[in-house]
Amino acid sequence: MSDLQTFRQETRLWLEENCPPSMRFPVTDSDDACWGGRNWTFKSEEQKQWLESMAARGWTAPDWPAEYGGGGLNKAESKILKEEMARINARSPLDSFGIWMIGPALLKFGSEALKQQHLPPIIRGEIRWCQGYSEPGAGSDLAGLQARGEDRGDHFIANGQKVWTSYADKCDWMFCLLRTDVEAKKQMGISLVLFDMTTPGVTPKPIKLISGSSPFCETFLDNVRVEKDQVVGEINQGWTIAKYLLTHEREMIGGFGLTDAGSETLGQLAANSLGVADGRIANSILRGDILKWEIDGAAFAMTAERVTDEVKSGHGVGATSAMLKYAGTELNKRRYELMMKIDGSDAMIWDGANSNGGWTPRTWLRTKGNSIEGGTSEVQLNIIAKNILGLG
Amino acid sequence: MAMVINEEQQMLKESAQGFLAEYAPLAEVRRQRDAGSEKGYADNLWTQMVDMGWAAILVPEAYGGLAFGHVGMGQIVEQSGRTLSASPLFATAILGVTAINHCASEGQKTELLGAIAAGQITTALAVDENIHHAPTQISTTATASGQGYLLNGNKRFVVDGSTADRLIVAARTAGDAGDSEGVSLFIVDPAIAGVEVQRTEMVDCRNYATISFNNVVVPESALLGEEGSGFAALSATLDVGNAFLAAELLGIAQETFDTTLRYLKERKQFGVLIGSFQALQHRAAHWWSEIELCKSVVLKALQALDKGDTKSPLLVSIAKAKLCEVSELATNEAIQMHGGIGMTDEYDIGFFIKRARPAAMLFGGYSYHGDRFALLSGY
Repeated sequence: MSDLQTFRQETRLWLEENCPPSMRFPVTDSDDACWGGRNWTFKSEEQKQWLESMAARGWTAPDWPAEYGGGGLNKAESKILKEEMARINARSPLDSFGIWMIGPALLKFGSEALKQQHLPPIIRGEIRWCQGYSEPGAGSDLAGLQARGEDRGDHFIANGQKVWTSYADKCDWMFCLLRTDVEAKKQMGISLVLFDMTTPGVTPKPIKLISGSSPFCETFLDNVRVEKDQVVGEINQGWTIAKYLLTHEREMIGGFGLTDAGSETLGQLAANSLGVADGRIANSILRGDILKWEIDGAAFAMTAERVTDEVKSGHGVGATSAMLKYAGTELNKRRYELMMKIDGSDAMIWDGANSNGGWTPRTWLRTKGNSIEGGTSEVQLNIIAKNILGLG
Repeated sequence: MAMVINEEQQMLKESAQGFLAEYAPLAEVRRQRDAGSEKGYADNLWTQMVDMGWAAILVPEAYGGLAFGHVGMGQIVEQSGRTLSASPLFATAILGVTAINHCASEGQKTELLGAIAAGQITTALAVDENIHHAPTQISTTATASGQGYLLNGNKRFVVDGSTADRLIVAARTAGDAGDSEGVSLFIVDPAIAGVEVQRTEMVDCRNYATISFNNVVVPESALLGEEGSGFAALSATLDVGNAFLAAELLGIAQETFDTTLRYLKERKQFGVLIGSFQALQHRAAHWWSEIELCKSVVLKALQALDKGDTKSPLLVSIAKAKLCEVSELATNEAIQMHGGIGMTDEYDIGFFIKRARPAAMLFGGYSYHGDRFALLSGY
């Protein structure tokens, strides 16, 4: 038996033994997921147990180096782990901006001390991170950010306001962009810094969205002390890392266009809700819109697959993350517009059993942000036009 | 199967690119049109393609073919969309080979596939009878008579119908229009009595025909496969045909995009390159993104055909539908972004829109394949 076959067999056995029954269902919404952190209350004993046993093997971050507590798996092994988890519908033990975003940036750009300090608690789900990028005056034009980091020798004093800091009120640490050189050209005077949210002067305030939920905050920084040893990479060179992280974020959000495996297609939902006549959804106009979406959704999923395969085989650049982000989020918005039409007036019920506790309208409203966060669709089109098509 | 083409397929793509640019470029299409050519391509073009082995790509090795597969052939067809090269490749090496290979007897395969691979005969598939593709609606009849059959009916929009050496005719030996049972395929020499072939001049200047069968006597040996069960072979052939039409449309979408992108970087108005305008940049970026989606659906469909995947019909309908949509976007945007010059016959863009629409309509456009996709998905 090859090493990979052995690995698969062992992984399968271990998952069978260690994945609790209630963790073998897809997560229904972000409240159902495990986010970890100092303030976290586990939804169940099994959720806690699942996180702890996966973290002990480093499998919350399977491909991170073992020396920081990661799984140390190579690409093939990571893929096997993913497949074996999918086989039993095992959910992710930990949803984490630490694992998705700042961790990879630390691995690529961070000092050894920063890696030692921050990676292990991320992997164990002990520290929950938020992102301090946008500001009231710096959205699409992120490099125009104004939050200052004033040099005080061994530390900076930070002042300003961040916005769209996801879950800042529940998070433990922030990775944050500050202007540390006001004289330099806009992209050149920015640093990426890390600080504890309990540092005096940090005040997060939830923002209520049109969907009724508050996944984001505005965060005020009022004379916040940031140690210089908490700068990722070089001082004033944070823009490069910020761009790297934005690419990462685009890839993550672009995945929204993919329907979860196993979930019902729009066509099936519509057939159930509107009825079928002669094998066709009874509303022919809606059916036309739905099948068009399903064709586009299939094309998007195939493209995500093709791009992955192209990267793996070392072929060309393929479609970039900007294209996937643009296409994926626009698709997701269309998908929820169609779900609203399929559910008819029930879809407008804000609370109550008929709209699944308002899930449909709330999720629909939330998708409007998909093509704004992580760079608007218009910004993605700018990136494609300039970087790929060479249009000046 | 990883969604990338292998080295051999890449080589075929490059050799097709070189060959078509030299021997069947768009300038040749224009020359043929201006000369009023009935065929739409140069006399020796097919001989050259046969010499390159292209007639044998889909033919199994047992019958003298190369068995190089649909993804391989797709590379050639995609390139032929870039140059708009007309040739018997589609009607003979794709439709003819597939239909015969799917239902003919061993003897027929040996004879016919061998002859096609060697460039001795060309074929045309006669399916549609009306202005919209509807293969179950076949009403042409084949009535048993003496030692064979009597064919009666009308076929329209038969690709290469006025030049092919053999016709593959879908006719009803039982049942009524609307039934998939009772359809049989026949191989017919168009020179025999009662077959009347009339060329139809269409916007792409290719070779289509209306063919009427008036008490045409064919022998029993003309039947391909079993009587009354030809619909499966016909469906499979149409799937293969549609996958390659999608591949051709992908070539058209890419070529019009590349040409337009160059134009955006050359053309100046208001003292600047028009490509500096965000209104055009965003449309170009959207167009490019759509082409990325198209590359995936076409490759997926061709790979499914190579694997013999049972989901091939579904994947082919996705590919054809998506390419109908995007080839329309591409050719319309190409003309609009070129402005007035895009409307002139002197400029090449017009040739692309005039090929894109009939290629999209042939064997079913968006509405046909969208509907089929949904039905196959259970709604």
